[in-house]
Amino acid sequence: MATITLRNLVKSYGKTDVIHGINLEVADGEFVVFVGPSGCGKSTTLRMIAGLEEVSGGEILIGDRVVNELDPKTRNIAMVFQNYAIYPHLTVRQNIAFGLYTSTLSKEQKAAKVSEAGAMLGLEPLLDRRPSDLSGGQRQRVAIGRAMVRDPAAFLFDEPLSNLDAQLRAQMRIEIKALHQRLGTTIAYVTHDQVEAMTMADRIVVMRDGHILQSGAPMEIYDNPVDVFTARFIGTPSMNVLPVVEEGGVMRPADPGTVLAGIRPHDLLVGEAGAGASLSLAGRVTAVEPLGPETLVHFEVAGKPVIATAPARQAPAIGAEVVAHAQPGRVHLFDVATQKSLPRR
Amino acid sequence: MNPTASPTTSRSLAMKRIRPGRIVIWTILFIGGLLMVTPLLFMFSTSFKTAAQVYDLRLIPAAPTLDNYIRVLSDGRFLRWFLNSSFIAITVTLSNVFFDSLVGYTLAKFRFRGRYLIFIAILSTLMIPTEMLVIPWYLMSANLGWLDSYWGIMFPGMMTAFGTFLMKQFFETIPDDFLEAARIDGLNEFTIWWRVAMPLVTPALSALAIFTFLGNWTAFFWPLIVTTSQELYTLPIGLSSFAVEQAIQWEMIMTGAALATLPTLLVFLLLQRYIVRGVMLAGLKG
Repeated sequence: MATITLRNLVKSYGKTDVIHGINLEVADGEFVVFVGPSGCGKSTTLRMIAGLEEVSGGEILIGDRVVNELDPKTRNIAMVFQNYAIYPHLTVRQNIAFGLYTSTLSKEQKAAKVSEAGAMLGLEPLLDRRPSDLSGGQRQRVAIGRAMVRDPAAFLFDEPLSNLDAQLRAQMRIEIKALHQRLGTTIAYVTHDQVEAMTMADRIVVMRDGHILQSGAPMEIYDNPVDVFTARFIGTPSMNVLPVVEEGGVMRPADPGTVLAGIRPHDLLVGEAGAGASLSLAGRVTAVEPLGPETLVHFEVAGKPVIATAPARQAPAIGAEVVAHAQPGRVHLFDVATQKSLPRR
Repeated sequence: MNPTASPTTSRSLAMKRIRPGRIVIWTILFIGGLLMVTPLLFMFSTSFKTAAQVYDLRLIPAAPTLDNYIRVLSDGRFLRWFLNSSFIAITVTLSNVFFDSLVGYTLAKFRFRGRYLIFIAILSTLMIPTEMLVIPWYLMSANLGWLDSYWGIMFPGMMTAFGTFLMKQFFETIPDDFLEAARIDGLNEFTIWWRVAMPLVTPALSALAIFTFLGNWTAFFWPLIVTTSQELYTLPIGLSSFAVEQAIQWEMIMTGAALATLPTLLVFLLLQRYIVRGVMLAGLKG
């Protein structure tokens, strides 16, 4: 196991910088998830840690060692790819054993390690099959198995669940999380799916345009986003953000407003206002999404779409006029010009 | 026929079967096939005939004999030529499979300055007909003392632009993730090519091997020019020498040709699915 440290890390293609001097410390055994939209630089960062991309500036340390100039194989890391990268001409057993290709272990020790990884990942009955006979989830497990047998200092995952269907993705999230708890190895994981980030990470690193916007525990980022982008990126459905003016401790929508108010759909409740709602929004319902335990209600306020929550069996009809309220302390405020977070009210 | 098919479906199927266009197409294909197969059948037929029966055009000889085969096979020269052809075709094929795929892989998977230029330069040699290359090849062989040697016969074909192009196109379809995963697993670049990339392009390798083998097995023009001694003749050159040695002995020529064709037929019968796929891959007309 090892720490991973990024110091003023820069990546440029020609004259274009795509990573702008980022700094990060990943603790020993920590599960860090890099999250952000496509093109934000999260995969490039991971590939630089792996040694698959050259570093244009700054330093990468794995443990105490600067690895900028080291080949991928000498960094003692293992990587799991989005497309699994398991070899179709080899069996599951041979694929897993491929991780030990350069190992100095004896044949028996290698076979034991392969069997151990197979057992841990539930692949034992499949060891002699070819990848073409496996489901997407099983293939991803084989890829994880190949990474595991090497006992690496850190695992790197590059969007490993993107090719799986929703149900399998949910299952694999739990399996990877459980695997991390069992092995305790440092993990750097890249995804564009904020649900994966929220459910798996010890710490989330939100990236945009080659910068780290925020780094923190999932609930810390969810509760205290540093800016509008992070606030809207983390959490499903996205946070409602609209301009408001504040008068006597109560906010009301206005365009232009003096401040941007951000309210998560789960904090914006359709129905009667309780004592002292700090923000009330009224509009005509455009869509309802029954989710079982609750219903999401879509309506428009001054032409801007807003999502609120209603109790499961009290969903309003489409076209109905509704009022939704946010309680004090549930409204995030952001500066109109900088979009940075302000103290919450 | 499906018993549940509606009368309309049955009728349309019947119509499809007897459509005049299809009859014309099948007839043309049949005649074409017959034209292709007839010389082959006559070659085999003549090889079982005596000299007196050669001009008897019956396909099945009146008195078939194996004498020609015994004479050809007991003549040490034929075996020598057969071995020469085998050695040359196999060596050139192995060389092509190795070097064409190595260069193709490098051009497909590595980014370096001049890569595109090198590829264009290799590709442009495809535009030059062999007849134009024969003189420089001959002068080069003469200057370097390669005339009348195995190396002299083989060197022009040890690596081909076509093979490089075919392999490059195929290697480009391999996702980089496969190679990067192997890099992280600690393999060096040569081992990645050999252990990871090569098994992923088996169809293209098979096609390349088949085309190269057949091309070299039947090669005539360059081996004829570069060789002078009978010991170095390949089968096609040796067989042509049969024809002019004494009076033309058609039954002997056909016997030699039939024996020479056997490996080709065998390769085709065993590997025909790769040949068909190879033709499709290479965009050739076949």
